This record gives sequence, structure tokens and C-alpha cells, in this order.
Amino acid sequence: MSLDSLIEIRDAIRSGKTSSREWVDRALSRIQELEPKLHALVSYDGDRAMERAELVDEQIAGGQAVGELAGVPILIKDNLCTSWGRTTCSSKILENFEAPYDACVVQKLEAAGAIIVGKTNLDEFAMGSSTENSAWGPTRNPWDLERAPGGSSGGSAAAVAAGIVAGSLGSDTGGSIRQPASFCGVTGLKPTYGRVSRYGLVAYGSSLDQIGPFARNIYDLALLLKVIAGHDPRDSTCVNEPVPDYVAGLDRPLGKMRIGYAEEYFGEGLDGEVRRIVEKALDEYRAAGATVMPIHLPHMKYAIAAYYVIVTAEASSNLARYDGVHYGYRTADPRDYIDMYCTSRQEGFGAEVRRRIMLGTYVLSSGYYDAYYLKAAKVRTLIKNDFEKAFEQVDAIACPTSPTPPIRIGERINDPLAMYLLDVYTVSANLAGIPGLSMPCGFTATGLPVGLQLMGPHFGEEQLLQIAHAYQSRTDWHTRWPAIADGRSGS
Amino acid sequence: MSSKISEAEVRHVGHLSRLNPTDEEVQLFSEQLSEILAYVEQLNEVDTTDVQPTAHALSIRNVFREDVPTPGLTPDRALANAPRREGHFFAVPKVLDQDSGA
Repeated sequence: MSLDSLIEIRDAIRSGKTSSREWVDRALSRIQELEPKLHALVSYDGDRAMERAELVDEQIAGGQAVGELAGVPILIKDNLCTSWGRTTCSSKILENFEAPYDACVVQKLEAAGAIIVGKTNLDEFAMGSSTENSAWGPTRNPWDLERAPGGSSGGSAAAVAAGIVAGSLGSDTGGSIRQPASFCGVTGLKPTYGRVSRYGLVAYGSSLDQIGPFARNIYDLALLLKVIAGHDPRDSTCVNEPVPDYVAGLDRPLGKMRIGYAEEYFGEGLDGEVRRIVEKALDEYRAAGATVMPIHLPHMKYAIAAYYVIVTAEASSNLARYDGVHYGYRTADPRDYIDMYCTSRQEGFGAEVRRRIMLGTYVLSSGYYDAYYLKAAKVRTLIKNDFEKAFEQVDAIACPTSPTPPIRIGERINDPLAMYLLDVYTVSANLAGIPGLSMPCGFTATGLPVGLQLMGPHFGEEQLLQIAHAYQSRTDWHTRWPAIADGRSGS
Repeated sequence: MSSKISEAEVRHVGHLSRLNPTDEEVQLFSEQLSEILAYVEQLNEVDTTDVQPTAHALSIRNVFREDVPTPGLTPDRALANAPRREGHFFAVPKVLDQDSGA
């Protein structure tokens, strides 16, 4: 029995072949064994997980109906509020924060019977592309511990890649699920904006944020999406669209696939090895009978500029609430209330967060609003329109997820702009609100994972997952394990 | 390269953001933010005449609910993370005082 398939684990628990307790126990053992090296987690609650596992096992033994994820251990990013334990966003300013409510996705996972074992590490407040901006220290890439797992959902990606759990949740504002999926050799999806409720997700860029799953294959990903998607009246940006059975959809015949690739994604700045590996993936689609054709996304080169204006502007507003007044860190001896705000925030936030807050404040400030924020918002419309036109001709757009293989820890930490450029292929999906996923499509000569990104039209997850599944049914990149995962099935 | 954002502007923005950067940081951020803003300048190459800004990727509007009160957080839950609490209040330094500047 392996950790290759969350659905297999779920079925085995449900049929009584194994127990939820056994799988939670395995997750806890893996955590003990790997965490000193990996640091994928911020916190976990083994007792709570075991209690809930016992409950599921009893329900199953008693013949009661149980949920779609009953008994399966899961990890979630530490910017998702849980009414137990802490929700820190990997920030000193929320080091001791105990959320008063559960996020909607937490409620949905637990209603489906999933066992949330703990919270994973992230770049502070989801701001980063390497998980190096965590106040608790970086997470390491399971394929090479000197390298970054990507970010900001590095912990959630690494935990699945290393065989701690078979599924996890992250969040994606500019690529924070897709890029770590690529760096860690796992599969990750950013759903359409509004597909999943953001209630209980600590806000970073409210018009860009989405919660999404990590798993080892498209079937498992589809199941996680099915559980977390859906309308929630507590998130007014969440859309009231029915949730299809994404898993059942995978077995339906697909017909002729039209895959587009934009020259704008294969230009300067793309690593040669990554290019060759992704081009081979496109060949695989051709061999599968898909039409693979060039398309144009003429405004793509402006995506990073537009993104970093908009997201920092939104972040400066969203993070204004961390003021030392109602919750979170407050400085010890403020002179007055202004000093309380300024010093609490200065001491509580890390450098990258402060940098983005300042940039966002600047682009929104009087005299600069039109030149920066409004301009970026207009360019955003053009980027969105580019995708709409492209989807008249193709069903999905394929490109590399990241311009480079996984970077070394420390490589870009002193060059913010170089770090931002890691997101060059991912930010446009957030700007347009369209769904995007990353799945493994090969390895570099030194054994580092490379991800293929697929993007689809709004609420087109069903077809997007089918197209991704077509690739995984002809290849086995997604089944590979790093050496660190060798102990995963032992017990 | 001329600084797009001067140290004085960084201090001003720092105050608007309610942050307290050190002198070293002001200098570092002035350099780093200038580099980022220089990169962002390319947005000016784009012709956005008659283009509407996008604030929200989807076309949903006016999400309403019935004006019916539902239970919220109890005072204890709301105050549970308070750095300083007095009864049902968050305790903070004095706000109204003729000597404190704003």
C-alpha cells in the first residue's frame, strides 16, 4: 500500500482493509522523521488527528455513511484559519494567533471526513516564491535539500512530494500553488477565481487569491477540488455555480484536444533545459492526437509589472488590519497609539512584507494612483481579453510553470526583482481569474523536477483536468519519488 | 540611475503605511523599490485608451443577503487574542490627548 493515491487510501479505509488511525500514525511518523530536514510544517496536532481518526474508524465499523475523504490525513497551509491550534501565516505578527473560526474549506474537508493533521509553512503572508520569507525558516525541497520548494505554498507541496500526506491545500495569488508544485514534482491547481470560498483564508490580494489542492495525480486533485469548491454566502466573491463531479468527469471521452502555446512564454529568460523538457511534453500531446498550435498573448510581457502593482496595492490595504490593537503582536512599550501601530508592524512584519506594503501604499498614494494602480488595472483588462480571444481557438494553453528549475536557497533572497520574475508564467492566470495547474513533465540532468502548466477558461476545470489527465495516462513523471521519501511505506 | 523613489519619499510612505523603517532600511528600500518601479515603468508602453480597469476578474455584481441578524462572535471570542484587555474592551494607549501628534 503506497501513498501514490489518496483515493486508494480513502477506499482502503472505507472498506476496512486499513484504518484511518494507521494512516494518521504514518503521517505522524513521517513528520517526526523528516521534519528536522524538511521543515514543511509550522504546527500539527497529533492527538486531535488521532481522535478524529478513531471516530471515522468507528463510524465505518458501525456501517455508517462517511464522507468522500473519510479518514484521509491532509495538511493545509498556515494562512487558512483553524479554530484549533494557531494560524500564523508564518509571521511573527500572528505567532500566537488563535483563529476564532474555521475557514470554509476547513469545514468542508472535515465534513467530508478528512483528518487535518497540521498546518504547513509558507512565505510570510503568502508573499514570496521560495518559502524563504517564512518567519519560521525555509522549507527545503525534497528533491534537493539545498534548494527551495518554491513558494509561497512550499510546505504544502513538499509534504506531498516527501510522502508525509497524499494531499494538501495551498493558496495561489500569483503562482503560489503552481510554482511549488513544479519545484517539488507534484500536481497542483489554482481554481477559477470564485470557485472556492476564501472565507477564512487570510487575505493577501483579494482579487487574485484562490485556495487550491496539491496531490500526486489528477484523480486525487479532482477529488480535493470537488470537496472544497462551491458557493459560500460568507464570501461575496464566491460564485454560485454548481460543482460538477470532477472525478467522474475524468473517465469521459475527451474528443479532439486543442492545445495552444504562446511564443511569449518561450522567449528570453526561459532556461534551456526547461524549454526542451516542456517542448517534449507538447510532443506527447501531439502523439496523443491533440492539435498543438501557436497562439498570441500580446500583453503577457506586462503581466509581472501589472501584477506587482495590483497585488501590493491590495496587500497594503489588507495588511492594515495588523495594527497591534485587536489581535496579533503588539510592541512592548508604545509611546502613544501611532507608535503602537508603527512599531508593532515594524517589529512583527518581515522585510519582504514591509517592502510590499510600502510599494502598495506608494502606488495608491495621491499623485501616483492614476500612473500606477489605474494603469495596471487597465493592462489587466487587456491581459484578460488576450486569454478570452485565445480560448476561442484552443481548449487549453500550455507553457512552462517556472522559467527555471528549482533555485538554491539563498540564491535570490537579496534581489527582490529577480525573485518576482520567477512568477513570470503564473501571474497572468490570477490577473485574468482563469484556472491553472502544474504537473510534473520531466527532470533536469541533475534530477530536479520541471512542471508543465495548463490554463483553461473560467470555470473550465472539468475539461482542464481531463486534458491534464490525458498527459498523466501516457507518462509517469508524476509517479516519481525523491530519495527522501524512501521510508514512506514502512511501518 | 536616478532614484525613482527618494529616501524622503520612502520615509513618507513608511509613515502612511504605519511602519518604522530604520535609516539603513530607508536606504535599502529606496534602492530596491526604485528598481522595482523602474521595471514597472514599461506599463506606460501599453495603449490603454478607452480600456476599462479590471478590479474584479468575474462579472458578478451586487451580492446581497437578507437583512436578518445572525449570531456573531461572542465578546470573549472576539477578545481572546487581545494583546491587552479590560473587561469587554481592547485596552490601547490614549488616543485623545492634546500632546499626541497624528
